Amino acid sequence: MKPRVLVVDDDSSLAEMLGIVLRTEGFEPAFVPDGSRALAAFREVKPDIVLLDLMLPGMSGIDVCRAIRAESGTPIIMLTAKTDTVDIVLGLESGADDYVVKPFKPKELTARMRARLRRYDEAGGETLLIGPPESPVSIDVQAHQVVRDGVQISLTPLEFDLLVALARKPRQVFTREVLLEQVWGYRHAADTRLVNVHVQRLRSKVERDPERPEVVLTVRGVGYKAGPP
Amino acid sequence: MNPVARSSIQSGLETLPARLGHQLQGGADWLNRRSRPGLMRLSAAWRRSLQLRVAATTTIVTGLIVLLIGLFLVDQIGKGVLKAKRDAAISQASLGLEAALAQFEGLTPGDLSGIRQAVDQITSDPTRSTGALGGALFTKVVRSTDQAVNRQLGVTQQLPDELRRQVDRGTMAVQYAPVRVPGQSGEAPGLIVGQPLTTQAGTFELYYLFPLTAEQKTLGLVQRTVLIAGLALVLLVAAIAALVTRQVVRPVRVAAQTAGRLAGGALSERIKVSGEDDIALLGESFNDMANSLQQQIQRLENLSRLQQRFTSDVSHELRTPLTTIRMAAELLYGSREDFPPELARSVELLTNELDRFESLLGDLLEISRYDAGAAYLETEQVDLRGIVERAVAAAVPLAARHGVELRAELGDRQVLAEVDARRVERVLRNLLGNALDHAEGRPVTVRLGADEESVAVTVRDEGVGLRPGEAALVFNRFWRGDPSRSRLTGGTGLGLAISLEDVRLHHGWLQAWGARGRGAVFRMTLPRVAGGELDSSPLPLEPPEVLA
Repeated sequence: MKPRVLVVDDDSSLAEMLGIVLRTEGFEPAFVPDGSRALAAFREVKPDIVLLDLMLPGMSGIDVCRAIRAESGTPIIMLTAKTDTVDIVLGLESGADDYVVKPFKPKELTARMRARLRRYDEAGGETLLIGPPESPVSIDVQAHQVVRDGVQISLTPLEFDLLVALARKPRQVFTREVLLEQVWGYRHAADTRLVNVHVQRLRSKVERDPERPEVVLTVRGVGYKAGPP
Repeated sequence: MNPVARSSIQSGLETLPARLGHQLQGGADWLNRRSRPGLMRLSAAWRRSLQLRVAATTTIVTGLIVLLIGLFLVDQIGKGVLKAKRDAAISQASLGLEAALAQFEGLTPGDLSGIRQAVDQITSDPTRSTGALGGALFTKVVRSTDQAVNRQLGVTQQLPDELRRQVDRGTMAVQYAPVRVPGQSGEAPGLIVGQPLTTQAGTFELYYLFPLTAEQKTLGLVQRTVLIAGLALVLLVAAIAALVTRQVVRPVRVAAQTAGRLAGGALSERIKVSGEDDIALLGESFNDMANSLQQQIQRLENLSRLQQRFTSDVSHELRTPLTTIRMAAELLYGSREDFPPELARSVELLTNELDRFESLLGDLLEISRYDAGAAYLETEQVDLRGIVERAVAAAVPLAARHGVELRAELGDRQVLAEVDARRVERVLRNLLGNALDHAEGRPVTVRLGADEESVAVTVRDEGVGLRPGEAALVFNRFWRGDPSRSRLTGGTGLGLAISLEDVRLHHGWLQAWGARGRGAVFRMTLPRVAGGELDSSPLPLEPPEVLA
C-alpha cells in the first residue's frame, strides 16, 4: 500500500509540484493550504507522514505541529524557508521529527520521508533494559512499548527509534553524527541540533529528573550513550 | 507578521542591548570593583572609599591643629600661673625680710640661744599657716653663712647650690626646685626665694620655700580639659566629615550602581533626582545620558529589526518559488535522456545554475544576517578533530575532481574547544574549497594545533599563491585574485567573507599568507573557551620552510 502523505502548504505551485514528485516516488499525497484546517484534514486523511510548512495562513506551522503531536506520533517533517537556529529549534521543540530547508532537492526530501517511514525490522521479540538498576526503562521492541516503574511511557516513533538505537548497544558512545545517520537516515549534512532537541524531548519523557539524566547520558565532547542497565 | 517570524526577531533583539551593554561594561568596571581578601583589604578600602579617605584626612589634619593649639594653650596658661606665683612669692619674701631683721635686733654673733630663738621666731611666723588654700603656703628656712653656726642651729634643709651662690653674693634669687611639703612625706615641685639677712649677729640667709602643689593641680586640670576638649573636637570633626562626605558620596554610589545596571542591559534604569544642587545636576545629566543612549540603542534595534525582517521576508519569498523551480528542474533533469540534445543540455545548464543561484542566495542571506548583527554563536564543547574530519571528507570529491592530494595532520589527541561546530565546519569547507581551487594539482595540507588557550587549523596549498598585498584583500566580498581563472567550484565570492565573520563571532582570527608561486596558507585561530581572548596562535602562519 502506498504511504499517505499530508502536505500542509499555502503555496499552490509548490503544493502541485510536490504532488507530482511524490506521486512519481510512489506516495499518495493529500493537500491542505490552510493551518486552521490542517488538524481536521489530518484526522480525515490519517496520513503516514506529514509535510508541514512553518509559515501558514490561519494557524502557524508550530501550532499545527503541537496540535498534531498532542494526539498522534505520526512523523512530521517541517518545510522551512528559515535557517535561523531559533526557528529550527522552535519547530523541532514543537514536535517535528525532522526538517528540510527550502529550496530542497526532491531526492533529499523523499530520502528523509523514507527514513521516517522505515521501521526497525521487528524480528525477534526482544526486550531491552537501560537506566539505573533500581528503576530501569524497559523497552519491548516488538510491541513498541516503553515502561518505567510500571508506568507506560508514550513515545513518538522517532523518540522510540532513538531510544532503541542507544539501548541496543548500551556501552557504546554514539556521536551525534552516527545517531543522525542511524535514526534520521542522514548521510553527510550534519545538523546536530536535531539530535540535541530530540534527546531533550526524550529525556523529558523517560528521565525522573531531566536535569540529571540517568537513562540517556551525555558524554562531553563526544555524544550520547545509554545509562547502565 | 507571522508569529514564528516575530518570535525569532524578538529573541534576536533581546540580546542586542546586552551586547551593546557589554561594551559599556568596560567603562563602568572601575565603579564596580569588589573586595579582595587578605592584607590588601585595608589598602583596597582606602583606595575604594572616598568617604573613608575624606574622613581620615580631615581627622588627621584637625587632630594636628588641635594638638598645636592645645600645646600652646597649656604652655601659656602654665607660664601665666607660674609668673603670678613668682611675683607673689617675691613680694612675700620682701615683706618677710623686714620682720626677720627685726627679730635679729640687738643680737651679737656669739649669742647662740638668742639667734636660735630669733630663727624659731622667724620660721614659725604666723603668716606661714595662713593662705587662700588653707594649707601651708610656704615654709621659711634661715641659715647662717657660717657652717658651724648652722650645725649648732640644726639646719638640715638642703638648698640648691646655685641659689645659695647667688644669695651669698648679696642679692635676692629665685629658683624652681623640689621642696619638702610640711605635713606630707616626699617632695613636690616648688619655688624657692632666697635673700641675704645681714645683722649684727652675722650674715644669714632667709629662704622662702613655696610648694607648687596647687599650681600643679591647676595645670593638670587645664591639661586634662584641653585634651578632652581636643579629642571631642577631633571626633566631632571626623563625624561631620563622614556625614558630609556621605551626603556627597551616596548619590555618586547610586549613580555608579545605576550605570552598572544600565551597562548590564537594563536600559530604563534612571536615578531619582530631588532638589536643584550639584548632586541633582549629576543625576539629571546622568539621566540625560541614559535617555540618549536608550534612544540610540532603540534606533539601532529598529534598524536591526527592519533589516532582519527584510532578510527573513526575502528569504521566504525567494525560497518558496525556488523550491518549485528546483523540483521541476530535477524532474526534467531525471528524464533528460528522452529529450533532443539541445533541450537536454538546456536542462543540465538550468540545474547547474540553480545550484549556483541557491548557494549565492544562501551566502547573501548569511552575510546580511551578519550585517544586521543577527548572527549568534551556539557553542558547545566538541573535539575539533571531528569537525576537521567531516570538512575534509566533504572536500574529497572536489579534490578528486582537481586531481589534488588532500592531507590531514590532526594528531591523535583530543582537541576540545567551545565552538559553534556548524560555523567552524563551514569555515573549513570554505578554506578547503578555496585551497583546492588554487592548488594547481599540488597537495593541500590541513593541520590542527592546540595550546592551553587556543586551537588553530591551517589549510595550506602549494599552488598559485598570492601577490604581495593580496593577503589583506582575500576576505573582501566578491574579490577574485585572477578574474581570468576558471572556477570549478563555482564559488559565490562570499565564502571567505562569511568565514571571516564566522571566526570573528568566536573572537578568533582568520589570517592569510601567500607568496607568488609558493602557495597560500589560511590560518584560523579560536579561543578554547567561548568568549576568551587570543594573544597567540599555536601554529605559525607562514610555512616553516619559507621562513628558513
